[in-house]
Amino acid sequence: MNPILLQPRDIAIAAGLIVLDGVLSVALRLRIHRQLAIASIRMVLQLVLIGFVLRFVFALASPVATLGVILLMMAVATREIASRPERRLRRFGNEAVGAIAVVVATGLACLLALTTALRPTPWYDARYAIPLAGIVLGSVLNAASLALDSLLGGVVAERSAIEARLALGAPMRLAMGPLVRVSIRRGLLPIVNQMSAAGIVTLPGIMTGQVLAGLDPLEAAKYQILLMFLLAGASGLAAVGVVLLAARRLTDDRQRLRLDRLRGAGTG
Amino acid sequence: MLPRLRVAGRFDLTVAAGTCVAITGPSGSGKSRLLRLVADLDPQDCGVFLDGVGCAAMPAPEWRRRVAYVAAESAWWAEDVAAHFPDLAPAGRLAAEFGLRPDLMAAPVRHLSSGERQRLALIRALLNRPAVLLLDEPTAALDAATTLRAETVLRRCLAAGTAILLVTHNLDQAARMATRHLVMRDGRLSE
Repeated sequence: MNPILLQPRDIAIAAGLIVLDGVLSVALRLRIHRQLAIASIRMVLQLVLIGFVLRFVFALASPVATLGVILLMMAVATREIASRPERRLRRFGNEAVGAIAVVVATGLACLLALTTALRPTPWYDARYAIPLAGIVLGSVLNAASLALDSLLGGVVAERSAIEARLALGAPMRLAMGPLVRVSIRRGLLPIVNQMSAAGIVTLPGIMTGQVLAGLDPLEAAKYQILLMFLLAGASGLAAVGVVLLAARRLTDDRQRLRLDRLRGAGTG
Repeated sequence: MLPRLRVAGRFDLTVAAGTCVAITGPSGSGKSRLLRLVADLDPQDCGVFLDGVGCAAMPAPEWRRRVAYVAAESAWWAEDVAAHFPDLAPAGRLAAEFGLRPDLMAAPVRHLSSGERQRLALIRALLNRPAVLLLDEPTAALDAATTLRAETVLRRCLAAGTAILLVTHNLDQAARMATRHLVMRDGRLSE
């Protein structure tokens, strides 16, 4: 069975919906139309480009090229995580925190899948490794950016409450605890939503793609289940990672709250 | 005898046990910064000593428990008042001395007036039995009679050997409480 191929006209009709979003943003003063426009143009260019790149890399079948592509994807994800929060840790803190979380979370999830469940030959086959890294990175990006945004925004909003606890002799771990937990939870909400809605509210992307491409629905479902677990694991690692690493940068050896290490924040 | 609190370096300030030093001065002159620095909430560029022991020689939480900073704006991290007090019985007894209704301890923080919050924040700090109290406008939200009640409690702390560094805009309060009165201008202290 062959997939139904799309024509440019089909895509142009769907693009009308993003224009609708823009109109809503202007009408409701959401101030997100600029970001929407940039994001949608980027999305189109990036996807077309990656289509060509993947064709090329699959044909090369070189582990170095595969790793290069994955590292590039990780670098871009890191940049996205770093730039999403309104507040930035000084000295490229957002980037450093994001990079560590991305590499560890994505790396572990992908290696686990490639060496146990999928086992292509060779295990680093670009046709498996790159799409897998891509989908895991998507979840990691989501989890890490939400968690980091929540922490960096929250630490400014709750500065006086945190310092009130410190002033009473609470260790930083305790004073920051509620915020750290809320931030990690925020990072994990998308994957929880994705899992609980999977198959009832939505047919997840991978499964949809595989069914559209002609695979048996049950086989597609099994693939999707495996991926959901991978995504959940990677999201958890990424959210915990960015939050703990960023929280560490917001304090010092005397357990002070160091908002002077944040840019774009009132440092008092 | 060693002073209870000593701030060496650019401030060169000492507060003996059982005494109160009042600091007045225009807003923004650095009074609150001084208190935050002594509480080790901001990085220090001068030595701070409690009974001769340097701040760095003590874990930060222990230092802050003994050198208690009470900010001008009280802050709360839970919904209910009770969640901010590890032990409710002594808190309730102190609350009565500050003229607070006993049922306040069971109320949500958002139902409290600013004066009630200010007194509860002070009680929160007093329950740790600190050796030094760093008070930033502790009675700014209180009426005259309640202010005197609060001062009575603070005077009892002084009698028990606590040292108090009091930032206030209220010159009468400075005169009533302080053994020494300093003025802060542009980050400098003078008599």
